[in-house]
Amino acid sequence: MSRRPTGGAALPRWVLFPAAAAAVFILLPIFALLTRIELAELPRLLSSEAALSALWLSLRTSVTATLLCTVLGVPLALVLSHATFRGSGILRTLILLPLVLPPVIGGIALLNTFGRQGLLGESLELLGVQIAFSTAAVVLAQTFVSLPFMVIAVESALRGVQKEVMEAAVVDGAGPTQLLRSIVLPLILPGLASGVVLAFARSLGEFGATIAFAGSLQGVTRTLPLEIYLQRETDPDAAVALSVLLILVAVVVIGLTRPRSAPDALR
Amino acid sequence: MRRSARTRLLPGALLLALLSGCANAPDSGAPDADTPDAETGQPLRVLAAASLQEVMDPLVQEFTERTGVPVQLSSGGSADLLSQLTQGAPGDLFVPADEPTMERAQDASLIRQDPSVIASNTLVIAVPSGNPGRIGTLADLADPQHALVLCAPQVPCGAVAQQLAQAADVTLAPDSEELAVTDVLGKVRSAEADAGLVYSTDALRAGEEVETIRIEEAAEFPNRYPAAVLAGAEQPELAAEFIELLLSESGQSALEQAGFGPASEASG
Repeated sequence: MSRRPTGGAALPRWVLFPAAAAAVFILLPIFALLTRIELAELPRLLSSEAALSALWLSLRTSVTATLLCTVLGVPLALVLSHATFRGSGILRTLILLPLVLPPVIGGIALLNTFGRQGLLGESLELLGVQIAFSTAAVVLAQTFVSLPFMVIAVESALRGVQKEVMEAAVVDGAGPTQLLRSIVLPLILPGLASGVVLAFARSLGEFGATIAFAGSLQGVTRTLPLEIYLQRETDPDAAVALSVLLILVAVVVIGLTRPRSAPDALR
Repeated sequence: MRRSARTRLLPGALLLALLSGCANAPDSGAPDADTPDAETGQPLRVLAAASLQEVMDPLVQEFTERTGVPVQLSSGGSADLLSQLTQGAPGDLFVPADEPTMERAQDASLIRQDPSVIASNTLVIAVPSGNPGRIGTLADLADPQHALVLCAPQVPCGAVAQQLAQAADVTLAPDSEELAVTDVLGKVRSAEADAGLVYSTDALRAGEEVETIRIEEAAEFPNRYPAAVLAGAEQPELAAEFIELLLSESGQSALEQAGFGPASEASG
């Protein structure tokens, strides 16, 4: 049954050349960055208080944003995949907007929504909620740019779930919630996992929306990408060291979250 | 028989990820002028701080009219321009927004001869129009009730702000230390912050959205704009001529109109 979609034998030779070019195009700049590291300096550069607090802030906010993306994005994907109402196509397109918008514009949009002069600013102030210059603003910015990744990932997975399986379950007397829990969710698990990875990676790398919306203060709003951009001003070596740290975190997270046995998912 | 959705999802998602990543980097400093035609020969390549861009346009025009040589102006953050030069970007003339950046360029042997200061700039308090925080003086900024935004100490405008606060014996606890002066201005413009410290020229450019409060002590801490011919210049004489234009009467009056202080006062 293990039918791989692209068996090695069926692959035309010429595909190898652009494929190799693509791999080199991605790997070469990362290699170039690694050659800039001075190993002896690395411990000092990475253990500075500013670096550690930026790393810790980035991890905390990215995990929170990923959780928010999961809690909000999976239900949205479920609704969109069932959507038959008029305008659902337009709604889907609009929800994916943060994917193609420059992040800075996302930040400006958030400022106009949650800022002191924003649409919700006055109501929030009445409730005593101050979002400006807080860690919550960082999480909002990350969630805004990452949510569409989760929605796309889960919705594509849902389209792969065969109607016959669901209908059989309904015939067997399964209610909607039971159907969702015991049939649909297990089937879309690989899609959900890639949604989690994409959302976390996007949150971790978020820069533009954060700088435009949340600000930049050590330990509160200055995430690792902001710290890297700042260090570049005075200490380019520290910026390189921190970049490598960010790459390492991303690689570890992708490695841990990837579905255990990838080939199984292709069966 | 069913293929996992994951295999179909990834190409699309990655494409979208790629698209969204495109706009992350602010000012990368693209060349501003058209490339010249064969007759006029090589353009003079000027790398100038972003804050000088608008004031440079008429001066570039004057230079081209006078010499017949077109100017290719790259503007961007001073640190960005410096790292481009360090990585081998070609250029004839370098005009960063502060002296430490020029010193770093000199340390890297990128500069042909001693730089000349062409203009100066001082810090002012910028508040949103209407002054909602009722800010009057630098001392008012110490009140933790006010949302205060500064440049980070690593950025030129932040370093000056720190010196200024120290000299005035005011302790500033900013709500945000931005990466560039434009980000400070953005937070004030949107009234997200009650006040921010920016250069007088930036406040002037922001127009009516921002009110400006002068700081008495600021005159003692001018930020100087040095200009120098680059070691790798292919047209060093023309580059020196451009510096002369900046220091000439018409150059200085253009800079003054944009809110810059004169070069002579700054070098004293």
